[in-house]
Amino acid sequence: MLDAKIPAGSLDDKWTDYKGHCKLVNPANKRKLEVIVVGTGLAGASAAASLGELGYKVKAFCYQDSPRRAHSIAAQGGINAAKNYQNDGDSVFRLFYDTIKGGDYRAREANVHRLAEVSGNIIDQCVAQGVPFAREYGGLLSNRSFGGTQVQRTFYAAGQTGQQLLIGAYQALERQVALGNVKMYARHEMLEVVKIDDKARGIIARNLVSGELEKHFGHAVLLCTGGYGNVFYLSTNAMGCNVTAAWKAHKDGAAFANPCFTQIHPTCIPVSGDHQSKLTLMSESLRNDGRIWVPKKKADERKAIDIPEEERDYYLERRYPAFGNLVPRDVASRAAKERCDEGYGVGTSKQAVYLDFADAIVRYGKIEAGKEGNDHMSMEDIIVLGKEVVKEKYGNLFDMYEKITGENPYEFPMRIYPAVHYTMGGLWVDYELQTTVKGLYCLGEANFSDHGANRLGASALMQGLADGYFVVPYTLGNNLADDIYSKAIETSHPAFAAAEKVAADRIQKLMGIKGKQSVESFHKRLGKIIWDKCGMARNEKGLKEAIAEVQALKKEFWSDVRIPGEINEMNPELDKANRVADFIELGELMCIDALNRNESCGGHFREEYQTEEGEALRDDENYMYVAAWEYKAEHEWTLHKEPLVYDVVKPSQRSYK
Amino acid sequence: MTWKQVFTSSVGKKLVMGFTGIFLILFLVIHAGLNACIWANDGGKMFNSGAHFMGANVVPRILEIGLFAGLLLHIIQGIMLEVSNRSKRGVAYAKDFGNQGSKWYSRSMGILGILILLFLILHMTDFWFPNRSHQGFLLGEEIDLYAKMKETFATLWVVIVYVLGCLSLGYHLAHGFQSAFKTMGVHNKKYNQLLTSLGYCFSIVITLAFVMMPLSFYLGWLN
Amino acid sequence: MEHYNMNLTVKVWRQKNSKDKGGFVSYPVKDISSEMSFLEMIDVLNEQLIVDGAEPIAFDHDCREGICGQCSLYINGKPHGPWMANTTCQLHMRAFKDGDTIVVEPWRAGAFPVIKDLMVDRSAFDRIIQAGGYISVNTGNAVDGNSLPINKDHADASFAAAMCIGCGACVAACKNSSAMLFLSAKVAHLALLPQGEPERKSRVLNMVAQMDKEGFGACTNTGACEATCPKEISISNIARLNKEYIFSSLTAEK
Repeated sequence: MLDAKIPAGSLDDKWTDYKGHCKLVNPANKRKLEVIVVGTGLAGASAAASLGELGYKVKAFCYQDSPRRAHSIAAQGGINAAKNYQNDGDSVFRLFYDTIKGGDYRAREANVHRLAEVSGNIIDQCVAQGVPFAREYGGLLSNRSFGGTQVQRTFYAAGQTGQQLLIGAYQALERQVALGNVKMYARHEMLEVVKIDDKARGIIARNLVSGELEKHFGHAVLLCTGGYGNVFYLSTNAMGCNVTAAWKAHKDGAAFANPCFTQIHPTCIPVSGDHQSKLTLMSESLRNDGRIWVPKKKADERKAIDIPEEERDYYLERRYPAFGNLVPRDVASRAAKERCDEGYGVGTSKQAVYLDFADAIVRYGKIEAGKEGNDHMSMEDIIVLGKEVVKEKYGNLFDMYEKITGENPYEFPMRIYPAVHYTMGGLWVDYELQTTVKGLYCLGEANFSDHGANRLGASALMQGLADGYFVVPYTLGNNLADDIYSKAIETSHPAFAAAEKVAADRIQKLMGIKGKQSVESFHKRLGKIIWDKCGMARNEKGLKEAIAEVQALKKEFWSDVRIPGEINEMNPELDKANRVADFIELGELMCIDALNRNESCGGHFREEYQTEEGEALRDDENYMYVAAWEYKAEHEWTLHKEPLVYDVVKPSQRSYK
Repeated sequence: MTWKQVFTSSVGKKLVMGFTGIFLILFLVIHAGLNACIWANDGGKMFNSGAHFMGANVVPRILEIGLFAGLLLHIIQGIMLEVSNRSKRGVAYAKDFGNQGSKWYSRSMGILGILILLFLILHMTDFWFPNRSHQGFLLGEEIDLYAKMKETFATLWVVIVYVLGCLSLGYHLAHGFQSAFKTMGVHNKKYNQLLTSLGYCFSIVITLAFVMMPLSFYLGWLN
Repeated sequence: MEHYNMNLTVKVWRQKNSKDKGGFVSYPVKDISSEMSFLEMIDVLNEQLIVDGAEPIAFDHDCREGICGQCSLYINGKPHGPWMANTTCQLHMRAFKDGDTIVVEPWRAGAFPVIKDLMVDRSAFDRIIQAGGYISVNTGNAVDGNSLPINKDHADASFAAAMCIGCGACVAACKNSSAMLFLSAKVAHLALLPQGEPERKSRVLNMVAQMDKEGFGACTNTGACEATCPKEISISNIARLNKEYIFSSLTAEK
């Protein structure tokens, strides 16, 4: 079932050879080929724009009120590229190697190498589009460092890199809309894939304003629908982020790969109460200058600033001297959890650690004083100068922290705790980003391909744009070249009616339950099960319990959910119910996958499998494969394994010490 | 881009307001300067000779046509803009943003403008019209404007109306002066700050100067 | 930070759909923690409405971290509520005290018709961008990112304008419902970069024409937009747009 279609040849040449030999579609034929793009984040907007530019007839869909709202916009820190502008020894190989290693040797070499190869083009493309990246005084692009690497290869626009990149892609997309190459459907949600002769040939989408179901034909369908982190209820994802499109594709034959690989980001603002609806991330870039610590004494009730230096445990610096506070996310998150579980946590909930800028403020202040030639400046003045520098670098993040917590992070260390942030798992795709359903592609976070078991910071933006701008325009053509004789299929075809009926019946069923509990309450309960038992640490017993609990929750949901309002109107509760129903099913598969993987790797930490020092213990012998699950029936999946072959990199125990 | 397109766009309409506004500001400088001659305290000799030049020489009289054109443009465009802008909301807010975000007079340019227009009608009925009709609307002999002022500003209610009219003008200028420059594209911070301060000074000085004129007559500060 | 609980009255605009006339309805909400965000308070109210068998209040929101621009709400007479440089989703309940009545209205502008309750249709903004808010560069045409140095001040000013999240608060706050701050942010973002140069003239002219067509009002420089902008986009961008417009219209070939 799984043919990754990795081109032959040496790793360096695979993509070049592929591009040189892939089939092309001539411009006259492109006009006749229709492509559906679902989702307008970095992957979707860049794909829709690029395909529109090439001359395909594109229809793009997003559930938000405008394509510019997609959650890629919230990415803060930056985007990696192997430009080596800093002359610090970066190269395509190093970016490739860091990404493979960061992913704990659970990603495909060929895909990751291609990602590293096109990374430079992404920066060029974005600069040309007018993305205002940070610059040095000489007018050239500025870089900073990110977790899991020892070079400065991250391009950024203050703490709003995702926003700027998405606006760039959005503008390119709107240009194609204006030119008539792309037709945009905002406030639309995809509910079903339409398959004709085993090929994806269209979708059923619900117009969220009128509630009507619409049928749309496409020679190919691209899902660029982002990750499924909201299965945890509390995550850094946007409220509307969902798995519905990917899940429907999965139930229609697309294999779902590594669903248990989720990323818990180490630096988020801790949960404050039961009412909380989402978590907010503080950029990883803060770990460049901030130091993470907890008190050396358990349950220390003193204020952070009253705890003297020698009574603080800078546990990341202690455990990982080589990378210090810049270890990869999975490592940093687990270390925070370990300290809090041991009773060293801080704040009212004791589920938090400190992220402290006091040292950075003094260090920067001294540099500034040195610039002024003043070696005898008082500490107060140095701190004032240092705060200015920190404000310049991280001001917007500090403001955000203060708005949420009401505390001033310039004066007191921030309290942070890990939170669900990204999902490495997703629909299984081959080298061409095609799923196991022909004609159905998956791009960006929604697919599983490039990050293995853990994603490095500033790599998500890179992958989304790589897929959309530089990969799918080639690979889609290679497949559509054989489709130029297929005329557009009328949506009166029975397959469309059948798919529409499935969607309509499900909505009818949901609305007909008329139970007592709100959708939100089910979502919260699901999130708690998954977070407790399939979160930062998992074990066999917990996972087995979770599977049973999720199955029971599903039953309860389908018999007692209450959805007010009507079908044929704007009905946000119904939208939510559709999404939560799919999250519940996904939750079960996540636990099954986590239970199957009897090893620890990257973000997947099975408590039974760890080294003596508490690091993840991989089992390359038995688990060096992609777990691709095929949906069979309710609660029933078949596992397909795609072995991971490492020709170039030699997998070893990851060490950041 | 035809001229029509330029000047019928929302930015173009504002440009018309800005340019005519600056033009009218220049007129105010001349008007205030000339009228200040009443304070020469020479029984209106200097003032009347200045007024004579403005009324009997062909050059200022031609310029006067331009002044009316600018004034009419400013008024008509202003009313049309105000009506159009007011139509854009549809349903009004129950609770308004009010002074939290902007100065009341910057939001009240239309009303202030109408007040100034009403005042202007009164003002012209008092001076300009009697004088020009005496001249046969050509370059004929004028009336003694100084005496006319003295007579007009002997009545209390007239003086009050004039003071209120000048205050309207002052607030209109307080926003209009700096806004005109922004409309004409001055975006540099340092110029904007300078022009804003200058605008406030100008509004105060002009308002005071004009307010003092009827008061000077009424309170008998002039011989 | 001290936390407290409060009981409030929330007076909300309810409107079934774009054709309905709509009106205010007052709801009491109890035991709201000062730690909650404003939208979490609405969540609590909605849960209560669902349990009571009523229809929950429809409102736009997505990222809940102040960047997507989807949340709106005109709260107690100010877009995005009482805090400065803030979006509704970042507003927290410690901005209010026990016993307060909070009036919540949708953005009001002819160009932003109400879809339902507090949701409005802001697709006019997308169409303004379609009129020219981009740089026409196809994928793959780009030269090396460092081949064209950009003056840091210009790059920074461009970024400051590009921070606009397209929420529409400027339109909601403006007495004329003018979209000039939104428009000018995009024009300034692209006009300040050398990459934006080739389309500099046509961009501003076409975007202004589209804005007028969408039914937004004209700018009268009151400054309400700047005062309420969650990203503190400067009103000087509007003056810059005016300059670009004058220059472009006067020097246009036709």
